[in-house]
Amino acid sequence: MAALINVPSKAKRGEIIEIRTLTSHIMETGFRHTADGKLVPRNIITSFTCRYNGTEIFRADLFPAIAANPYLSFFAVAKESGKFEFEWIGDNGYSSTASASITVE
Amino acid sequence: MNAPVTRRSAALGIAVAATSLAAPSILRAQSAGHLVVVGGGFGGAACARALKRADAKLQVTLIEPNKTYISCPLSNEVVAGLREIEEQQFGYDKLAAEGIRIVAQAVTTIDTQMRRVTTGDGTTFDYDRLVLSPGIDFHLEALPGYDDVASETMPHAWKAGAQTLLLRRQLEGMADGGTVAIAIPANPSRCPPAPYERAGLIAHYLKTKKPRSKVLILDAKDTFSQQRLFEKAWKELYGDMIERIALSQGGRVTSVDPATKTIVTEFGNYTPDVANVIPPQRAGRIAEVAGVADATGWCPIDPVTFESKLVRNIHVIGDACLGGGIPKSAAAASAQGKVCAGAIIALLAGHTPETPRLTGVCYNTVAPGYGFSLIGNYQPRGDIFAEVEGGATSPVDAPRELRAREAAEAERWFQIITADTFG
Repeated sequence: MAALINVPSKAKRGEIIEIRTLTSHIMETGFRHTADGKLVPRNIITSFTCRYNGTEIFRADLFPAIAANPYLSFFAVAKESGKFEFEWIGDNGYSSTASASITVE
Repeated sequence: MNAPVTRRSAALGIAVAATSLAAPSILRAQSAGHLVVVGGGFGGAACARALKRADAKLQVTLIEPNKTYISCPLSNEVVAGLREIEEQQFGYDKLAAEGIRIVAQAVTTIDTQMRRVTTGDGTTFDYDRLVLSPGIDFHLEALPGYDDVASETMPHAWKAGAQTLLLRRQLEGMADGGTVAIAIPANPSRCPPAPYERAGLIAHYLKTKKPRSKVLILDAKDTFSQQRLFEKAWKELYGDMIERIALSQGGRVTSVDPATKTIVTEFGNYTPDVANVIPPQRAGRIAEVAGVADATGWCPIDPVTFESKLVRNIHVIGDACLGGGIPKSAAAASAQGKVCAGAIIALLAGHTPETPRLTGVCYNTVAPGYGFSLIGNYQPRGDIFAEVEGGATSPVDAPRELRAREAAEAERWFQIITADTFG
């Protein structure tokens, strides 16, 4: 499953909008052992970024205590029509992106 | 109504209940010995009956506004057209014949100081101990757009009766090729596996009558009870007819719009042909009237006696109580009703109630002749019930004969529990 994004398609200028994102990821903590005693290597998303027309407006660092399939919700002010770009970066070179457009009237 | 009792003072109240507090109860018991049970479902009716059977001299009053009880267990079969609502209906004549006073009124106020219940017609009932078995109400603030009016277009069918029949009529009225959505809330909720049973039985109806249709589950949970059994059965019986969007796939419903029959989830909008919206829940209204519900909307209890942790001399049983590991089901409510009755008899006599062991059983039918079950045993651990050994779930890989046998057992279980409660 690709990432799930919820950005309103339309907003009034200056309106506060909620943005929701959810991405599928195992978020393996690196603290667990297999039945035969081997450590399961850490495999988490370490960073999430949201850019609004190229400018970073939200960033989060993620840690092993965060559950699988991280769900992040935050707010932004709708200033102009354009594009929200989302990026998740993690262990083992993990990288995933998504985007959503908004029309500001 | 009492001011909310703090956890500490409530705990102290419970601690001394077996000694000093029991004394006035005995005195009253000798003069009146009056026990009032509010709510005539599987929990309340079983409790009233167990009290009267334990001691015929006790005065037991059962207050329940409805003259006919309509059973939720097996009502999913009514939705799917496999059973008639009349088979779900039970009265209180047998309980009355056993000497239980039946009052067909709604409770309006409870004075926990005076220990007095008032009903809608102004009659008052004094009690030594009060048992509340109010079932569930919907937590409408948690689902914007949903209310009684919305339930006429987007039925919950989570209290059996007119809603059950409405959902059935909507299914019957739907054209072939339509989508039936079932919105499922997070736990705690009444009968957690039942929405999935409903999905299977609706799929059975559609496969038989409208084979191009679909069932779409929008779920606020990632995992659910007997999940592997359900998913295997769905695949086996219905192929891809049932689609489920789990919590981590964006399935949690956040609001509804009854005007456009739209279900809004965290990540999308759905406009199904039939929208079965099961809202988030809390303890029934009476719990709030009595002041026994806490901030969760449910009722904390002492798991040995079912006495409220917030108000003395009130016991809460069934779906409304915070039972921990014990599921909110008819079988559990019935078992709780009997255990609570035993504890009350012991408390009235000045004895310490025994630590109970409850058994809950849950049957699920995915199609006629295809069922499976879960049996769990529960004992108090700290403030709640925890599951203990001796439970069992039907095997995932079992021959169809076993599924057929379990479907027949489900029907027998229903005959037994309804006879035990009302017959």
